[in-house]
Amino acid sequence: MLINFFLTLRKYKVPVTIRELLDLIDAMRHRVVYSSIDDFYLLSRTCMCKDEKHYDKFDRAFGAYFKGLEDLHGLLESLIPDEWLRREFERALTPEELEKIQSLGGLEKLIEAFQKAREEEEQRAREGEEGEEGEEGDGDRPGQRGPGGPGRGKKKKARKVWDQRQYKNLDDSVELGTRNIKMALRRLRKFARTGREEELDMDNTIRSTAHNGGMLDIKMRPERKNTVKVLLFLDIGGSMDAHVKVCEELFSATRTEFKHMESFYFHNFIYESVWKDNRRRMNERLPTWGILNKYARDYKVVFVGDATMAPYEITHSGGSVEHWNEEPGATWMERFTEAYDKMVWINPTPQETWEYSTSVGMTQELVDGRMYPLTIRGLEEGMNHLSK
Amino acid sequence: MIFESTDTYISTDELSMAVDAAVKLERPLLIKGEPGTGKTLLAEEVASTLGLELIQWHIKSQTKALQGLYEYDAVSRLRDSQLGDERVADIRNYIKRGKLWDAFASDERVVLLIDEIDKADIEFPNDLLQELDRMEFFVYELNQTVVAKQRPIVIITSNNEKELPDAFLRRCFFHYINFPDRETMQQIVEVHFPEIKQDLVREAMEIFFDVRKVPGLKKKPSTSELIDWLKLLMADDIPDEILTNRDPSKAIPPLYGALVKNEQDVHLLERLAFMNRRDSRG
Repeated sequence: MLINFFLTLRKYKVPVTIRELLDLIDAMRHRVVYSSIDDFYLLSRTCMCKDEKHYDKFDRAFGAYFKGLEDLHGLLESLIPDEWLRREFERALTPEELEKIQSLGGLEKLIEAFQKAREEEEQRAREGEEGEEGEEGDGDRPGQRGPGGPGRGKKKKARKVWDQRQYKNLDDSVELGTRNIKMALRRLRKFARTGREEELDMDNTIRSTAHNGGMLDIKMRPERKNTVKVLLFLDIGGSMDAHVKVCEELFSATRTEFKHMESFYFHNFIYESVWKDNRRRMNERLPTWGILNKYARDYKVVFVGDATMAPYEITHSGGSVEHWNEEPGATWMERFTEAYDKMVWINPTPQETWEYSTSVGMTQELVDGRMYPLTIRGLEEGMNHLSK
Repeated sequence: MIFESTDTYISTDELSMAVDAAVKLERPLLIKGEPGTGKTLLAEEVASTLGLELIQWHIKSQTKALQGLYEYDAVSRLRDSQLGDERVADIRNYIKRGKLWDAFASDERVVLLIDEIDKADIEFPNDLLQELDRMEFFVYELNQTVVAKQRPIVIITSNNEKELPDAFLRRCFFHYINFPDRETMQQIVEVHFPEIKQDLVREAMEIFFDVRKVPGLKKKPSTSELIDWLKLLMADDIPDEILTNRDPSKAIPPLYGALVKNEQDVHLLERLAFMNRRDSRG
C-alpha cells in the first residue's frame, strides 16, 4: 500500500525514507484520516516532508500521482465482477419489475442499450465541462451531470491545494541572499563544535566550593572553540563581474561565521601569486608557495570563481591573461589538492551551463569533482563535504 | 545461513551473507545505508535470531572512545576523600564500566551494537582499533588487562556523515544496505502492518454504510470521497497499463481479492459499486 506514492515522491526528489512511509501507514492505521484525500494530503505531507523547502516538490509529486488516480473513473466498477452488480441490482427489484425486464428481452440486452445511452451522455457531459473551464465546477449541476460525474467538481477544488504550489520559492535550488548563505555556512560551524572537550570552570568552581562550606565542588563547562579554519580564494574581475553581488554576499556572510578565515583574490585561475587587497593587486602580491607552507593541512579551502576561461589558461605555462606564469595553473591546483584534505570550488554560474564549458570541466577534475553551484543546496553540499 | 528474514525484518541475500561472514570470522560488521533502511534494527534482529543478548552503545557527538571502555570518576573520589568516605581507599569504586567492557566481560557471547559511529569525533574510530581488533584493552588505574571472554559480534552503523579512517575500515567487514526495491518494500510494509489495507477498506465502508458508529465523527464520507479513498488504498494493485491507458473498461481481472477479506466485506463492496453506478446514472 502506498508504495507507488512513495516511489513517486522519491522520483520528485523529496527525501523520504521507509521510516516515514511506515509512519504514514501507522497514522492511517490509527485512523488519523479516513476516506478523504484532502486530509490524506495534509497527513502525508506532515509525515513525509521534514523541511518546508520540500513542500513544493511534494505538491508537484502529489499532484502528478493523484492525477493518474482521479482520472480512473470506472475503477470501482472494474474491480468487481459484473454479475455481482447484477445480483445487487436484482435484489432491489420487485418481482413485477423482474418480469417486465424479462419481457423486454432480458437484463443483458437492457444493459447493452443502457450502456450505449450512457456513453453518449458522457460525451455530452465532457463537452459541457470543457466549455465551462475555469469556473468552480459543481458536479451537481443538472445539465453537466454524466456518469461518474457527481463530486467531480469537489475533487477539482481539493486538488487545488497542492496544485497551488504556494511553497514554490522555498525550493533550495534558487539563488540566495546573505541570510540564506549564513544558514548554509552554519553547517560548517555546527560541526566545528562536535567532539568538544570539557574544561574546568575556575570561577564557578571557587564560588560553589565556597557555597559548599569549603568542600570541593568542581564545575565543568564545555570548551568553546570554533575550530574551523578557512582559506577563501575569490576570483575577481573579468567574467566574474556579473557575479560580484552574490560573491559579496557570500564574503560578508563568511566573515561573520568563521573566526579563522583568510581571504585572497585571484584572477581566473590560481597561479604563483595571489593578493589580499584588490586596490593594490599589482604591487602587493603574496607568493602562493608562502600560503601553502604557512597554513596547515587542517585548513579548509574554498575557491569561488566561474572557472570560465580559455583552456590554455589552466593547462599552459604563460597561459594567464595578465602576466607570464612559469608553471601552468593546473600544477598549482594540484599542489593545493595535495596540501589540503578538504577543498571545494563554488561556482556562481548555473550548474546547467557547466557542461558547455571546457574549462569548468577541467577545473572540476582538478578539484576531484568538488564543484558546487552557488545556491543554498550547493553551499550546503559543499559545507557538508568540508565538514566530513 | 544463520541469519535470514524474520517475521519482523526483511533481509536481502547480500545482507545475510555479510552477517554470516562477520559472525563466523568474528570481525566487526560496518553497515552503511540511507536513513531508514533498517541499520540499527539489524543488530536487534541478529541478536534475537541467534538468541543472544544485545548491548547497545549509541554514539553522540561528545562520546569518547574511552567511555566505551570505562570511566574513572576522579571528581567523586576527590569529594569522597574530603568527606572521609571509606570507599575512597579502593579505586575500583570509582571505575565505571563502559559498554565494551560489559560486552567483553559477559560469559555468553553477545551482540554489541555501536550505533551511528560517524556522529562522534573523527578520531573516535581510530581510538577503538586495538580494542576491536584484539578484543582487549588495558585499564591503567587498575593496572589490569580486560580480555573478552567471548568475542562479541560487533555491528557498527554509519550514516555517512563523516568519512571513516582507512585503518578502521580495513578491520571491518562492510555492507551497504541498498534502498529496497519495490518488492522488498512491499514485504517490509507487510511485515510491519499486516492486512492494513483490508482493514482500512473495511472500516471505510462500514462507516459509510453506518454499520459501525464511530463517536466523534465529523461526517460520513460521500460516495465519491469513499471511492477516491479506495483508489488510494488500491493504487499499488492497479496494473501500470491501466494507469497509463486510462481505460479501466479494458481491464483487468477483478481486484476485489486485494480489497476485501470476507463475505460481509464483499457485500458492502457490492452495495457501494451499485450505489456508485446508480448515482452516476443520475
